[in-house]
Amino acid sequence: MRHVISALVQNVPGVLAHISGMLASRGYNIDSLAVGATEDRQLSRMTFVVVGDDRVLEQVRNQLAKIVTVVRVDDISATNFVERDLMLIKVAAPPGGKRSEVRELVDIFRGRVVDVGDEQLMIEISGRESKIEAFIDRMRPFGILELVRTGRIAMVRSGSGGPNSDPESLPIGD
Amino acid sequence: MSNVQPVAATQCMSGADVLVKSLVDHGVDVIFAYPGGASMPLHQALTRYSDRLRTILPRHEQGGAFAAQGYARTTGRVGVCMATSGPGSTNLVTALADAKLDSIPLVAITGQVSTHVIGTDAFQETPIVEVCRGITKHHCLITDVNQIARVMKEAFYVASTGRPGPVLVDMPKNIQQDTCVPDWDESMKLPGYRVDDRRAHPEQIRRIAAAIKLAKRPVIYAGGGVIASNASAALRALARKTGIPVTMTVMGLGTFPSDDPLSLDMLGMHGSVYSNWAVRDCDLLIALGVRFDDRVTGKVSAFARHAKIIHVDIDPSEINKNKPAHIPVVSDVKYALEELLKIVEPPEEISPWVGQCQTWKREQPFKYALSGEGIVQQHAISELSRMTRDRKTMVSVGVGQHQMWAAQFFKFREPRTWMSSSGLGTMGFGLPAAMGAQAAHPDALCIDIDGDGSLLMNVQELATCFCEKLPVKVLLLNNQHLGMVVQWEDRFYSGNRAHTYLGPIDQAEAIGKGEGRYASTRYPDFVGIAKGFGCGAATVSRKSDLTAALREMIDYPGPFVLDVEVPYQEHVLPMIPSGQTVDEMIRE
Repeated sequence: MRHVISALVQNVPGVLAHISGMLASRGYNIDSLAVGATEDRQLSRMTFVVVGDDRVLEQVRNQLAKIVTVVRVDDISATNFVERDLMLIKVAAPPGGKRSEVRELVDIFRGRVVDVGDEQLMIEISGRESKIEAFIDRMRPFGILELVRTGRIAMVRSGSGGPNSDPESLPIGD
Repeated sequence: MSNVQPVAATQCMSGADVLVKSLVDHGVDVIFAYPGGASMPLHQALTRYSDRLRTILPRHEQGGAFAAQGYARTTGRVGVCMATSGPGSTNLVTALADAKLDSIPLVAITGQVSTHVIGTDAFQETPIVEVCRGITKHHCLITDVNQIARVMKEAFYVASTGRPGPVLVDMPKNIQQDTCVPDWDESMKLPGYRVDDRRAHPEQIRRIAAAIKLAKRPVIYAGGGVIASNASAALRALARKTGIPVTMTVMGLGTFPSDDPLSLDMLGMHGSVYSNWAVRDCDLLIALGVRFDDRVTGKVSAFARHAKIIHVDIDPSEINKNKPAHIPVVSDVKYALEELLKIVEPPEEISPWVGQCQTWKREQPFKYALSGEGIVQQHAISELSRMTRDRKTMVSVGVGQHQMWAAQFFKFREPRTWMSSSGLGTMGFGLPAAMGAQAAHPDALCIDIDGDGSLLMNVQELATCFCEKLPVKVLLLNNQHLGMVVQWEDRFYSGNRAHTYLGPIDQAEAIGKGEGRYASTRYPDFVGIAKGFGCGAATVSRKSDLTAALREMIDYPGPFVLDVEVPYQEHVLPMIPSGQTVDEMIRE
């Protein structure tokens, strides 16, 4: 099973190396890892996607929590949360019919064209993993030249909102 | 700034003085420190505090770190060692990994190249914090002289609380030389480190008591965590109150007296037959401060397969790691046991079970053949144990057969009297560990029971023992081989000798063609080596001479090596082969 783990860590040198080293040395499989600043300058937020059964997950959580510079660990998969992945993708789209087709798909997926070249477009798109994957599939026939993703970040919803209050919950690709 | 007197607390101090003063303020009375270019200011500062802090100069940084472990293992206080940057620091690595696996509180201080050259591959530069991330409990590179007082406070706190472990503090040379007016009262910055709440809930205590009450065949499985939490008295009280037999891991030896009728001695791969049978048949396993290590469990799915398992440990990551627990309890063991003692009642009817355990113990003791004129390892250890039973004695070991025989045949009665590199299994541990114990306990008889392979790995520490006046005794069980590997060769590799003979390669033993039970030559000359270091030394090979030889060793006023000629074809038994079950135990 796929779990999203959110860890609050002290913003000190080496904490990322420590955590990724621990995960690697214990043989845990990480699907994605995103790290960035938080509202508190002293702390950073790491978001992991880990695949494994409940026992593996319990171990990952406990081993993370054991690291002195890790302040808090939450497995947010069981909660009601919003997750996002940001992607930049460069697609072959020569002016004309192909380019129009790509732009139409970008609109449907609520992406944005952020750079226009002679023969290609760069597109920015964010959303849940399944949406990003679906968009990549749609782009394949045109020819993907380059692609970069941030890895997933996630946040627990404030009490009331149900899953359907996610405006990203599109009928397509989601 | 004065070069001879310690400076007052409120005035401007060098970083080196701040660090050394913080050691003194944390109650450190011995440090094992080997100097070098990047740690010279620290050593200069050590001379200014020499009236309160003894600096012992080991002859290798690894020896210093193992000595700090010996100090920590026998006192329960934080052991402290120091080394310079680069090779000095990397020489600490094995001992830090060792301390991590055995949960030994250690603070290791390393010199580092100055901050402005860090990252330039400077002379004797090693990114030691990077190297040690996975093998320390915590680590810190100090980059500002104003951090030192706080970081040292954090280092001692993290090393000694929760599940103890090693902490590395890396100190660049320019930070040692910088000055500041230290803020001794700055509070720790450890928002992610909370161990005060590791206490069993009343409901968990009630569940444990209820399980004990209903048990018909209970066994207590006690490990190093019982010693680390100073819970031996509570464990003894629990056994007395409930009548439940107790088995110990190699880390737990001494926590329950081996001469108590309820003691089942050590369990696991080379544990007693009766402890392993008791765990096989028990219906309740009370696991205290243990981690279900593979050397204990063998095939983990078959371990205690009929039992309900209570697992009490201060480290949440140990619970359910190797073996799922029916009653998992994250708690300091001492707290949990003391709470349990308030309400626990003896099981309704366990006398048939205890009787069964004691019958097994009577019928299947640790044993060895005492034939011939020579000395077997088990006998030498038993005799030493008998001769030292009435005096304060601390025993360390290297790794291998002699380690397991010491665990089997030396009768430990008190916690913190036994030092074994149990998790990492580091050869060369014994001599420096005994040295550290001796530094902490000048009145105790500190004995390293060692093998010839292990002793040679840190034999240079005999110089430390002599020069620092640490009268450590070495009982050297010299079989000219790496005995445990030889045993595995005999059992699993048709006896093919693969670099397990420690003598000259033109000897017949080198290819496994030796005649007889004893190696034909003795190499190296350990008596000559010991005497060269200034130690007393003797050799003994006849059983009839053993007692007198041990007496000479024990009574010798300084460090002493007793080189005992022993056979190389003895096997440590019983033995549960790796990954197998108690039913595959080899007893003959």
